[in-house]
Amino acid sequence: MKSEKQRVRGETLLEIRGLRIEGNSDGVWHPIVKGVDLSLKRGEVLGLIGESGAGKSTIGLAAMGFARPGCRIIDGSILFDGIDLRAAGEEDKRTLWGSRIAYVAQSAAAAFNPAHKIIDQTVETAVRRGVMDRGKAVADAVDLYRRLQLPEPAHIGERYPHQVSGGQLQRAMTAMAMSCRPDLIIFDEPTTALDVTTQVEVLAAMRDIVEQFHTAAIYITHDLAVVAQMADRIMVLRHGREVEEAPTRVMLSEPREDYTKTLWAVRKLAKPESVSDDIVLSVRNVDASYSGVVKVLDNVTVGLPRGRTVAVVGESGSGKSTLARVITGILPPSRGEILFNGKPLSRALNERDKDTLRRIQMIYQSADTSLNPRQTIRDIIGRPLEFYQGVQGAARDRRVAELLDSIEMDESYIDRLPTELSGGQKQRISIARALAAEPDIIICDEVTSALDQIVQEEILTLLMRLQKDTNVSYLFITHDIATVRAIADEIVVMHQGKVVQQGPKSQVLNPPHPAYTELLLSSVPQMDPDWLTNLLARRAAGKAGA
Amino acid sequence: MHPVLRTVLQRLGLGVLTLFVVSVVIFASLEMLPGGFAEAILGQGATPETVAAFNREIGLDRPATVRYVEWIGNIFRGDFGYSYAGLGGSIKRSVTDLIAPRLYNTFFLAIMTAIVAVPLSLILGILAALYRNSWYDRIVNSVTLTTIATPEFFIAYLLMFFFAIRNKWFYSLSTVSDTTDFIEHIYRAALPAITLMLVIVAHMMRMTRAALINLLASPYMEMAQLKGVPRREAIIKHALPNAWAPIATVIAFNLAYLVVGVVVVEVVYVYPGIGQLMVDSVSSRDMPVVQACALIFAATYIFLNLLADIISIVTNPRLLHPK
Repeated sequence: MKSEKQRVRGETLLEIRGLRIEGNSDGVWHPIVKGVDLSLKRGEVLGLIGESGAGKSTIGLAAMGFARPGCRIIDGSILFDGIDLRAAGEEDKRTLWGSRIAYVAQSAAAAFNPAHKIIDQTVETAVRRGVMDRGKAVADAVDLYRRLQLPEPAHIGERYPHQVSGGQLQRAMTAMAMSCRPDLIIFDEPTTALDVTTQVEVLAAMRDIVEQFHTAAIYITHDLAVVAQMADRIMVLRHGREVEEAPTRVMLSEPREDYTKTLWAVRKLAKPESVSDDIVLSVRNVDASYSGVVKVLDNVTVGLPRGRTVAVVGESGSGKSTLARVITGILPPSRGEILFNGKPLSRALNERDKDTLRRIQMIYQSADTSLNPRQTIRDIIGRPLEFYQGVQGAARDRRVAELLDSIEMDESYIDRLPTELSGGQKQRISIARALAAEPDIIICDEVTSALDQIVQEEILTLLMRLQKDTNVSYLFITHDIATVRAIADEIVVMHQGKVVQQGPKSQVLNPPHPAYTELLLSSVPQMDPDWLTNLLARRAAGKAGA
Repeated sequence: MHPVLRTVLQRLGLGVLTLFVVSVVIFASLEMLPGGFAEAILGQGATPETVAAFNREIGLDRPATVRYVEWIGNIFRGDFGYSYAGLGGSIKRSVTDLIAPRLYNTFFLAIMTAIVAVPLSLILGILAALYRNSWYDRIVNSVTLTTIATPEFFIAYLLMFFFAIRNKWFYSLSTVSDTTDFIEHIYRAALPAITLMLVIVAHMMRMTRAALINLLASPYMEMAQLKGVPRREAIIKHALPNAWAPIATVIAFNLAYLVVGVVVVEVVYVYPGIGQLMVDSVSSRDMPVVQACALIFAATYIFLNLLADIISIVTNPRLLHPK
């Protein structure tokens, strides 16, 4: 959050009244945004927060006078600096876009055109509008790259988007948005796709540059702790309506509405840890690689106790999903061994017998792609029953109904298709499918990452209850520390293919930490609006001291 | 070595290998054809003795493997052999002499068609993507669907009827010889060229449209719009550079068709191209000519597809500029 003296006392820049937007699915128009008011002063940052389907991105784009294909603005007024964006023609809006209102998209990797150099895309609008000639625009872009602390600011623009990292691209996109010094920038979940340690730098860079140029911004995110660092004011949205709005500090300390309070409460879920020496799966000194050249796993040793949960945390590229592939046999390790119930496990999938396959099950991040959209729930859950246990016909259906009951879903879902279910329900079906095999181990690969926080909590609670009932062990792969806190007994921290630290939750989460664990834990945003400022100060002091 | 150059050389090597395999397939399948040149030429007088004598005369009594090795060895030296038709007589005609003027005519027609058809279909496709679901788009789509669905000989006869018989703008027969001058050649080949154009423009235009529309929903196209890039410029500058690979593939496919698949159109207009020559040679079992034609067709396909592959590689910055 900005410091007090920089708080905004400017004129109103954006004024939205009674905004209503409809979306089209299968030819039917249904409301997405149901009457939202919003106003923003010059230089002010407003945080829009809500779960998926709250309409926050739709509102953010509407603030530009834009509706995605399949959406239409049906009512309300959008006034940007006195210009009525609903009445403005395409040509008029186009002259505003990029130069006076800019947009920063969620995935910079997808929003940069793969065919053009970064610098060409950064200066495109400034040169087109004649704000400056190309030479000047390039010099200015290099200056922006420097302010955003991109490495080699003078040369990074000569690269193509695929040649730089995700965090760097996101900063380059902020530079692109800044190139015409707009009055307003819409940040649409700009750090959601990034790792936490990268996120810190990007957040700091974006906050600084917005402050330096006194740019107003709408910051859209589902992460409360992130928005607390960025916004002067926060608006909470749900189902296309405003729940409440308040200055950031007030919103964090005294949320008025029950819904807002439940968003806060999710973070408090925590399972008491319980350690055990009864190891069901033991990975010993395992190396693995895809190409044979670069080691993706480097001398990894991990133990999974029976009936307990081991959380594997790390950033993208740390090798945590590769570990899952090695255990399931999809990727045979190049060195080391895996003991399962005390006996060595065959390296490759096709050398394992059916009973071993049954005992190790997997749940994936995206239930959308891991459930066959053409199969009914009966077939999806019934298949492992037939395959592993040979249960057929009526007995199978009875068992499917029992499993549905155990995941707290009604028997009536048995003939539905996955596409008729919500995201949380689909993930429950994935859980039931894994449970149907009556496994010893379930490997959960980022199973809650794609879900909203409240749904996440329900799924995590369900997983814990099922563990109590069936004594199954979970190897829980995640990048989210809050999830780890919620469910783990033990934690394995991975970085660049190596295990940095392994131990009981209380030990790993509390100091002293190895350096990487410290970096990882300290990078997780906290609900404190001063967290980012303090963290950066601490890190700067640490660097100066070293 | 730059990875792109290495990939290109690899593909080139693979192309040569494919050509070799194709030569074996051509030779073997022609061996399996019932009847031979001797039976075809002798007709009623084909007694076993005369056939055997005839075969001995043109060397067909030797084992197939020996003849294959001899044939392929000569080709490496640029010698396609002699047509059976003149063997034993006073005028020996080399396959090269026989094919060269026909190949010239075929390439003349193909290039003439391509020069108009390729830019035309790109422009039509880009416009269709730009004005998607407009009247223009619908009309272009239904017209091209019609021309794809109509057999080419039928289009040929329709054109001939309207533009050569009803209105005497063109000749109905496209006879040319080596004394025909360039302009006259273009004029005489116009109707076959238009026929072929109608067939291939449809295919290429639809692919261009589809490849572009496929990209319109991508986040970087939305970004271009929200940066204030006008729609036409967004399609040409932001979508087209990412769409070259599928477009190049379909263009290569259609250009190959212009060389190897035009026999029907040639027959309708009596245009002396290589397709007609090959059909005639098959019916008279003039194997050296058939083999040479088939090999040229295969080489055309392989070369054009190789070209399309190279275009896909050099228009993809991920391959051209690795990390």
